[in-house]
Amino acid sequence: MPLLEISNLHATVADREILKGISLSVNPGEVHAIMGPNGSGKSTLAQVLAGRDLYHVTSGQVLYDGQDLLSLTPEDRARQGIFLAFQYPVEIPGVSNLYFLKAALNTIRKHRGLPEYDAMDFLDLVREKMKLMDIDQALLNRPVNAGFSGGEKKRNEIFQMAVLEPRLAILDETDSGLDIDALRAVAGGVNALRAPERSMIVVTHYQRLLNYIVPDFVHVLSQGRIVKSGGKELALELEASGYAGLGLEDAEEVAPV
Amino acid sequence: MTAASQLTGHWLDEFSKRLACDPWLKDLRERAFARFSSLGFPTTHDEEWRFTNVSRIARATFPVAGADTLRIYPDPVRQLTAAEAAAHLARYAAFDRNAFTALNTAFLTEATLLLVPAGAVVERPIEITFETQDATSAHPRTLIVVGADAHCTIVETYHGAGSYFTNAVTEIVAGDRSVVDHYKLQRESLHAFHVASMQAQIGRSANFSTHNISLGAALTRNDVGVVLAEGSDSTVNGLYIAGGSQHVDNHTVIDHAMPHGSSRELYKGILDGQAAAVFNGRILVRKDAQKTDSKQTNKNLVLSEGAVIYTKPELQILADDVRCTHGATIGQLDAEALFYLQSRGIGARQARSLLTWAFAQDVVDRIKVQTLRDSLERILFEKFHEHAEY
Repeated sequence: MPLLEISNLHATVADREILKGISLSVNPGEVHAIMGPNGSGKSTLAQVLAGRDLYHVTSGQVLYDGQDLLSLTPEDRARQGIFLAFQYPVEIPGVSNLYFLKAALNTIRKHRGLPEYDAMDFLDLVREKMKLMDIDQALLNRPVNAGFSGGEKKRNEIFQMAVLEPRLAILDETDSGLDIDALRAVAGGVNALRAPERSMIVVTHYQRLLNYIVPDFVHVLSQGRIVKSGGKELALELEASGYAGLGLEDAEEVAPV
Repeated sequence: MTAASQLTGHWLDEFSKRLACDPWLKDLRERAFARFSSLGFPTTHDEEWRFTNVSRIARATFPVAGADTLRIYPDPVRQLTAAEAAAHLARYAAFDRNAFTALNTAFLTEATLLLVPAGAVVERPIEITFETQDATSAHPRTLIVVGADAHCTIVETYHGAGSYFTNAVTEIVAGDRSVVDHYKLQRESLHAFHVASMQAQIGRSANFSTHNISLGAALTRNDVGVVLAEGSDSTVNGLYIAGGSQHVDNHTVIDHAMPHGSSRELYKGILDGQAAAVFNGRILVRKDAQKTDSKQTNKNLVLSEGAVIYTKPELQILADDVRCTHGATIGQLDAEALFYLQSRGIGARQARSLLTWAFAQDVVDRIKVQTLRDSLERILFEKFHEHAEY
């Protein structure tokens, strides 16, 4: 049974239709890349799956582990193992990274019927995951993302993913704004989390990230639809020919709004 | 019906019953009472009181009783002699234009009068705790004179149970090059009225900070005034949290009287229910106060539709080579931040509590007295932290 099954998904934002019939099936352990020009609906898909209420699903269905995903609150989706690595991680001054992460982890563990971590157990876990992401301890004591560089924010997203151990991770343009060293570090962290029971959806504009996180499948999104699907070699084709080679342009250029 | 402003008869009775006092205070008290009688209580026609209606206080007839006062002052802090106190008392908190200060001064029979000797570095805070009794009024008066080069911390706490009226006045003199941190924690009963004035005179190159935390009382009015000398530096912070039908008014005046002074002001408010808040921040840069550097910020988090905030910066700049900035914000919880927390499994209610707590934390983090910060964190935690229920 697929972990995630999206059927004919339509979604709007402010009465404008962004997703126009997406169908996608993701099995446990698979890594799917979603590529596409700006405005094609990639980030909207990621946000809809995580439950952002800015977007309205007008038709279609999403089954996660066999149940209706769209009826769940964002927190319940997270508790059941969905994780979105944000394109623009939000700054939350006044809440320390560690406090936030401990609250999140314990809520999820409680939901799974596991005992909550005390401060010591939690710190042990954090130290172990820190090594994986090569993240600075000082960063963890600071308020969530506040004053972080672009690279630090993205690293922090993947670090959170490592601690929360989701079943389905959605990475929304995790490569954007990263220099090559930061990209390598982030991709290294993601690869370390690949597992037979864990699926990933990697949303990206550029093929570059997929040199480091090699997907099982690549889907090309254009104007709210998947226009082409294939194996990892599709990403290389796109790299060579560009989106224009497939007859695709940035939505902003085609239809200015 | 008599106008609320004219309701001074009850106070005349009370004053007549309490004429006994140290002789050196007699004249001051009489002048203050005469001034109170002629001023009457302020009304909302008075610009300074436009959004704060004190008729509930004016109509109340609480008998005057001293607040139960606990004073802890570590060595070498000592009490001022009458002569020492007389040189300062009522000089900074003037009663000619403020009826509540006049009333406080009229009932000045028992005051906290302390001296921090020049050069003393006092590690432990001077702690003064006032508890007003149910169905009474109290007029606590504090004067702390800090000598040149001395370092000290002052913590004032106001609390009580029941329905009562606290009308406090605090004067602080910070000597040249002194370092003084002042904190006021107001956690009165939710049925109490709390009016307080804190006036500080800062010496040359001295460093002064004041943190004004308002949590309780049905009606709160704080007047904070700081007068800076040449090269002095002052931090004026505040946090007000109000829900239900609470009303909290903060009026601050930072007076840059001399050159090279700097001031940083941050007031943050959290309002829920039908609460109302007023922030009026006046910054005065006098003609001689060149090279003044001043920054004022007022941020408000409004959690309900019924809550109201009136915020007004008042910059009066008479010098030409200065840097003054001000900004005020009124906002709700950030939807992006809420979603971010929820997307990590944190429930919507808990996420809201956490963000509200975080908003206040900014001011709490600036409190240097560990015990005060701990107790405040505990209070805020209980107030805002709702565990996820699902």
